[in-house]
Amino acid sequence: MGKRSTFLVSVLCFGFAFFYVPIFVMMFYSFNRSRLATVWGGFSTQWYGKLFENDQIIDAALLSLRIAVVSATMAVILGTMAGLILARMGRFKGRTLFSGMISAPLIMPDVITGLSLLLLFVTLQQWTGWPAGRGATTITIAHITFSMAYVAVIVQSRLLSMDESLEEAAMDLGSTPLRVMFDVTLPIIAPAMVSGWLLAFTLSLDDLVIASFTAGPGATTLPMLIFSKVKLGVTPDINALATLIVLVVAIGVAGAGYIMYRTEKRRERDVQMAVAGNE
Amino acid sequence: MASDTTQAPAADDASTQEQAHGFGDWFNRIGWRKLIITIPYFWLLLFFLTPFAIVLVISFSEAAIAIPPFRIGTSWSEIMEMASYNFGLLADDSLYWWGYLNSVKIAAISTVFCLLLGYPMAYGIARANGAWRNILLLLVILPFWTSFLLRIYAWMGMLSNNGLINDILTGIGITSEPIQMMNTDFAVYIGIVYSYLPFMILPLFANLERLDLTLNEAAMDLGSRPWRTFIDVTLPLSLPGIVAGSLLVFIPATGEYVIPALLGRSDSPMIGKVLADEFFLNRDWPVASAVAVVLLVLLVVPIMAFNHYNAKEQEG
Repeated sequence: MGKRSTFLVSVLCFGFAFFYVPIFVMMFYSFNRSRLATVWGGFSTQWYGKLFENDQIIDAALLSLRIAVVSATMAVILGTMAGLILARMGRFKGRTLFSGMISAPLIMPDVITGLSLLLLFVTLQQWTGWPAGRGATTITIAHITFSMAYVAVIVQSRLLSMDESLEEAAMDLGSTPLRVMFDVTLPIIAPAMVSGWLLAFTLSLDDLVIASFTAGPGATTLPMLIFSKVKLGVTPDINALATLIVLVVAIGVAGAGYIMYRTEKRRERDVQMAVAGNE
Repeated sequence: MASDTTQAPAADDASTQEQAHGFGDWFNRIGWRKLIITIPYFWLLLFFLTPFAIVLVISFSEAAIAIPPFRIGTSWSEIMEMASYNFGLLADDSLYWWGYLNSVKIAAISTVFCLLLGYPMAYGIARANGAWRNILLLLVILPFWTSFLLRIYAWMGMLSNNGLINDILTGIGITSEPIQMMNTDFAVYIGIVYSYLPFMILPLFANLERLDLTLNEAAMDLGSRPWRTFIDVTLPLSLPGIVAGSLLVFIPATGEYVIPALLGRSDSPMIGKVLADEFFLNRDWPVASAVAVVLLVLLVVPIMAFNHYNAKEQEG
């Protein structure tokens, strides 16, 4: 066993170094005084200061945040419905097509999704006049469409891991289905909805390709702005921006994960105590 | 509601639902079932399925100086002529057919590397005990949450001629001149393996975690050596995880745009970049659509395989 463990430990160390070294190097160079991105010229936080003076970056960040909040919220509503349908609604006509349309967006190459949605928006505008031009609205619709699939999968697996007999027991005891929905089902899938929202939010904030296709000339999201700068090479101000984004996301995800973990533990303890109390 | 006028499928009568119970049954009684099914169904039909039909139609049209920049033929012969021009171009011009071959090759090789690195990592995490397992799992998931674009950008800094890797290599005297790594296929492989590795590790972990260890013990008790036990017992049982992880890497990697655009060479682009350039630079929407149609046809079998796997997995 010993030899194999050493092998596994070294692969794990290599894998995690591979994951994290580039990010830490990028963070390190964001404090570089030198304008040359990879030549160390002493410690400085000047690039962070410059970020907040750059209106273009602030505007793009605000637009991206707005799109991310709206699309994540809509994706949670539609995705939860879809997860509920797949896990609890039994069979219906066209179920295979529906589950296909839920899982395909997870792997569809972005260029195909982006191009096809843009052509849809153009065609719709020709036929119905809506959407009038492309911009934040069309990007938001595109983001809802692919992130609802992620939410649906998360909610569905949560529902499938939970015994339906809990809901049936509550109904047998005379609770109305609406009450069961709010008292039993929703509290149980709430953690899945929270992680679904967070995932949809970060996916939206991160998307470059689909946004580039569906954005009009007026709308520039943060990834689009970063991409146009990054194509020209590595610069210290993008290092600073990247460091900020990575830190905010990492802290947010770790914090939310910790809160959800604690809530879940407490819920499990409550259930155990309730069961013990009845015996 | 819209369910009667669209093809949105709602169960028309009780006989079509074989096993609706609990919520399904109740929602059906108060008439909500149709509504709850119809809304997301309609959304996906409109914004996910219909667009593909439109791409197909536009791949049969010709580019024109107009808004939007294409013209659909008015007669069958004209439409066929336009289609044969678009699709003929893909077959004749090496930019396109080489782009497809190159993309499939790069995606396949990257998938193999993801598997070679991801399998032992997933195995190690699945065999780690309690607290360690959660921490390691969090460390795999965290990069997956942080910006994909910025992680590729981080590699631009690592791989450039005066980047960290070349600094180390020249510093310890392995080379005197920096090695050109940016804008090579090597950089694209690094970028794809780096970005998609969590997609390989997570399904493999989910699969390996569930495996019954008593089978391994039984094999070992019967005198099988650890390595043979792995080959004969663990590997076949983890095949579903391997297939799922490989599809999750291979399909999106084939159409990848950002990684080849930032790290790859410009003389032999991957097909995702060809498509985007056709659209954004040449403004040739019909040819871009034809590129998308052929890419979709190329990927339809792996996509169906993934959907099938996903449905089976979710329904137990």
